[in-house]
Amino acid sequence: MLLVESTDKIYPNGTRALERVSMEVHEGEIVALVGGSGCGKSTLLRLAAGLDQPTRGRIQLDGETITAPHPLVGMIFQEPRLLPWLTVVQNVGFGIAGRPKVERERLVAETLERVGLKDYAHCWPRELSGGQAQRVAIARALAPRPKVLLLDEPFSALDAFTRASLHEHLIDLWTAFRPTLVLVTHDVEEAAFLADRVLVMQPRPGRIAASIDVQLARPRDRYGNEVEALKRRILSALDMSLRVRSMGEELAPAAAI
Amino acid sequence: MSAIERTGAAPQVAPVAVSRKKKRRNGTHILLGIALPVALAIGWELAVRYGLAQGRLMPPPSRLFRTLYELAITGELFRHIGATLARVAAGFFFGVVAGTLVGAIAGASRLTREIIDPSLQGLRAVPSIAWVPLFILWLGIFEESKIALIAVGCFFPVYLGVLGAIQSVDRKIVEVGRIFRLSPPALVRRILLPAILPAYVLSLRQGLGLGWMFVVAAEFMGASEGLGYLLVDGQQLGKPDQILAAILTFAVLGKITDGILAASIVPFLTWQDAFAQKR
Repeated sequence: MLLVESTDKIYPNGTRALERVSMEVHEGEIVALVGGSGCGKSTLLRLAAGLDQPTRGRIQLDGETITAPHPLVGMIFQEPRLLPWLTVVQNVGFGIAGRPKVERERLVAETLERVGLKDYAHCWPRELSGGQAQRVAIARALAPRPKVLLLDEPFSALDAFTRASLHEHLIDLWTAFRPTLVLVTHDVEEAAFLADRVLVMQPRPGRIAASIDVQLARPRDRYGNEVEALKRRILSALDMSLRVRSMGEELAPAAAI
Repeated sequence: MSAIERTGAAPQVAPVAVSRKKKRRNGTHILLGIALPVALAIGWELAVRYGLAQGRLMPPPSRLFRTLYELAITGELFRHIGATLARVAAGFFFGVVAGTLVGAIAGASRLTREIIDPSLQGLRAVPSIAWVPLFILWLGIFEESKIALIAVGCFFPVYLGVLGAIQSVDRKIVEVGRIFRLSPPALVRRILLPAILPAYVLSLRQGLGLGWMFVVAAEFMGASEGLGYLLVDGQQLGKPDQILAAILTFAVLGKITDGILAASIVPFLTWQDAFAQKR
């Protein structure tokens, strides 16, 4: 279980990116964090990844406090961030270089097969399309078989068609390996299609404004009524979170100064 | 990784076609490129032969090649080439080692950079020939001062290249290394070194080019052998063909050593191929 306990993050320039954020993500759960820009959703993910330290509070994985990148926590960024001097197989094996050769080769081959890029094993990253490159990045993060996979707007740079196919892909991979997924997105449809639970975040300072449990079976129909209804619920929660903030600012303009 | 067979045949087809086309275009390029000097040489040869020009200060190609040939069969040419090559090699070696070390330290540590970089930039502004008298006073007129001068010439491009390359390494890729919990040495070996390699090679080639420039300056300051000596000797004895022969040898050696340096790196930069091919 991934546990975030009343965590604050204040950047050195004084920006309060997160204020008293608490959440629990259960094993194998898919949680989507949605919110406008500046609501701290990426900050929260970076704290969970151990890339940054919280100012107050703590983040735990199965009772172990995360202070640095954890071997059981993988991360996928908005850009593929492949190493251009390594081939696809080498990129996928990048994070498991310390394991015995036989195990490493098995994990890499299995993961590449899973993301459907076996035929591209010896290509260079420059030879891949954007969608393929991001699939390699997903394979690289999955190769060590992490318990938790953090995804920071992983599909936002892709076209709608590629994005939809990667959504299906991600669900397949999740079905195969059952990692806990924490997905940061600003795409409401993405959240509605993928998540078991949607946490709506609110900016300045960043905090969780609403939690929406999704009780939809998979596979889901992206254009079906249920997903549509869910999208509307998320949108109205988002809308509400933004309205609360602007009202607050109007009521106490002096407080901001 | 060899367990995974290479089956990606489709993506391979395109690059082959491209390179074949590229080869054809290259052939024309070479022909076009040498047309002008060849035409000028033939024209000058004919002009001298038919008495239209004297060719005393600017000897025709036939005399230039005869001089080269004579220098070659007496073995004198190779003695001079050997002396010059040895100086360039030694100077290049010391300059590159120093430039790489200092550049890497300055790139890695901000404090060091802030302390040493301004001074080095100031020294870089000194025309390097200005060091000659000082080096002769310090190191004498023999090999040491010459090698020191060449090393100074090679140092700066390599230092700047390494420093710039380290500073421009993508923070996002370094973060990938952090996520996979690489130790500092592993981070250097698996991310920083490959990332700076292309820029480093470029700076080595610049350094080598400057090394060839500086060897001439070094050999002007009293050498008894070397291609620079041939230049000075040709001037003092009024032998323009010897001067031109030395210049031609410099051009050929410079091109060959640069080619060797560039080619020796190719296996490490295959991942960049497409980029180079588009150029």
